[in-house]
Amino acid sequence: MFSAETRDIIVNGLWKQNPGIVQLLGLCPLLAISNNVVNALSLGLATTLVMAVSSGSIAVLRNTIPQQIRIPVFVLIIAALVTVVELAMHAWMLPIYVVLGVFLPLITTNCIVLARVEAFASKRSTFHSVLDASAMGLGLTGVLVVLGVVREIIGKGTLFSGIDLALGAQAKIWVLHVIPDYQGFLLAILPPGAFIGLGLLIAARNQFEALRARRSHRHAPPGIVGSQHC
Amino acid sequence: MQTTLRESLSTAFVLLLFSVVCASLLAGAYLATRPNIERSEQAQKLALLVQTLPAHSFDNDPVNTTHPLPMDPLLGLKHAGTAYLATQAGAPVAVVLEAVAPDGYAGEIGLLIGIRADGRIAGVRVTHHRETPGLGDYIEIAKNDWIAQFIDKRLDAPVAAAWKVRKDGGRFDYLSGATVTPRAIVKAVHKALRYFELHRGELLSRKRMVAPSFLDPHGGRVGRSTALGTIETSLQTPLHTVTFPASAN
Repeated sequence: MFSAETRDIIVNGLWKQNPGIVQLLGLCPLLAISNNVVNALSLGLATTLVMAVSSGSIAVLRNTIPQQIRIPVFVLIIAALVTVVELAMHAWMLPIYVVLGVFLPLITTNCIVLARVEAFASKRSTFHSVLDASAMGLGLTGVLVVLGVVREIIGKGTLFSGIDLALGAQAKIWVLHVIPDYQGFLLAILPPGAFIGLGLLIAARNQFEALRARRSHRHAPPGIVGSQHC
Repeated sequence: MQTTLRESLSTAFVLLLFSVVCASLLAGAYLATRPNIERSEQAQKLALLVQTLPAHSFDNDPVNTTHPLPMDPLLGLKHAGTAYLATQAGAPVAVVLEAVAPDGYAGEIGLLIGIRADGRIAGVRVTHHRETPGLGDYIEIAKNDWIAQFIDKRLDAPVAAAWKVRKDGGRFDYLSGATVTPRAIVKAVHKALRYFELHRGELLSRKRMVAPSFLDPHGGRVGRSTALGTIETSLQTPLHTVTFPASAN
């Protein structure tokens, strides 16, 4: 159904080169909001949208952007697109804007957007660039949602709290109280909880890959590739 | 040398071109979304306005019963603001003041402060802010009911020295990790109560008594500096005798 290249791009984004637990890119704004599922999913999807649009437009323009000034131009385009998305959400998707609110401009500073533009979209076809950005974005969203589930259950004993902000007051009944009469565990909600949770996720992934490698008699378990900070 | 210069210039020109295109894109998006955003901000403000008034206590439309508010330092407003008056059968029940806490962690925090005719706070809501998400944003009623602790507080209860967050020896709770934000709001609410005390008569009158001369910062300042010492006694003064607080002082 897919060509080998297309499949590689999708697998890389969602698993092999997952930005959240393999590349460890773009974590600062995202770790901050993974303290519940609704926030994590909303910002993950908004980031995916911005990544897809900016990768697409930069892939279209890739031959007109001079090599020496490509990074400032990329940043300019990403910042402009983020602002347009923010304005559009404020005007036409108010409930979602209420949830994401001040988090949206932070997408500009998320270096995974710039990283994919620089590493991929500035060199490849438009279709593959959009696909790559979407796969990377969804891979990141997946990690955020898992982290959000873990942190929300451990920290507050609930799931989907805050969904009433996005879908109206009647959605309040969808909030699941997973652990009744839970006293809460503040550490999971605060930033340290994000780092501990992420560490555990990375460990779980590495363990899984190591097991799989041993089973298929490959030589070395793939560790963390190219960890960078931003 | 010549070629380098030409290259630099053409690169600079391309960058300029991209900047212009991006700027027009932003301008277009701003113009296209402005009407909707203004409408939703207005609707949000009205919804907040109702929350700062005691429920079912008024029968007028406060949105259309307004006084202009001057750029008084006690309110922190950078533009002329609005006071909304709630009345029941013609008698003033409460007034909602627009105010700004200028010293939030990330700039200004816009506030609506509902004050009953007897000087008790009916409700406070945050209209806009840029505080740190997940840390300082508990001032929004949607995130936390922290802001509800102002209800029924008065200028003299707690006493002026206790109008601070607990960390500074005051009466007001805060969430650990973010004290700058609540500190700014507590201060702004206290100042707004002082403003209310000084201008109670005109704020609660149904007519637009705020004459231009009254907006004069000099008049306000003179009145306030002498009034500060007599706030406690003037709180006990029956409402109908206080017609022109500034001139009375």
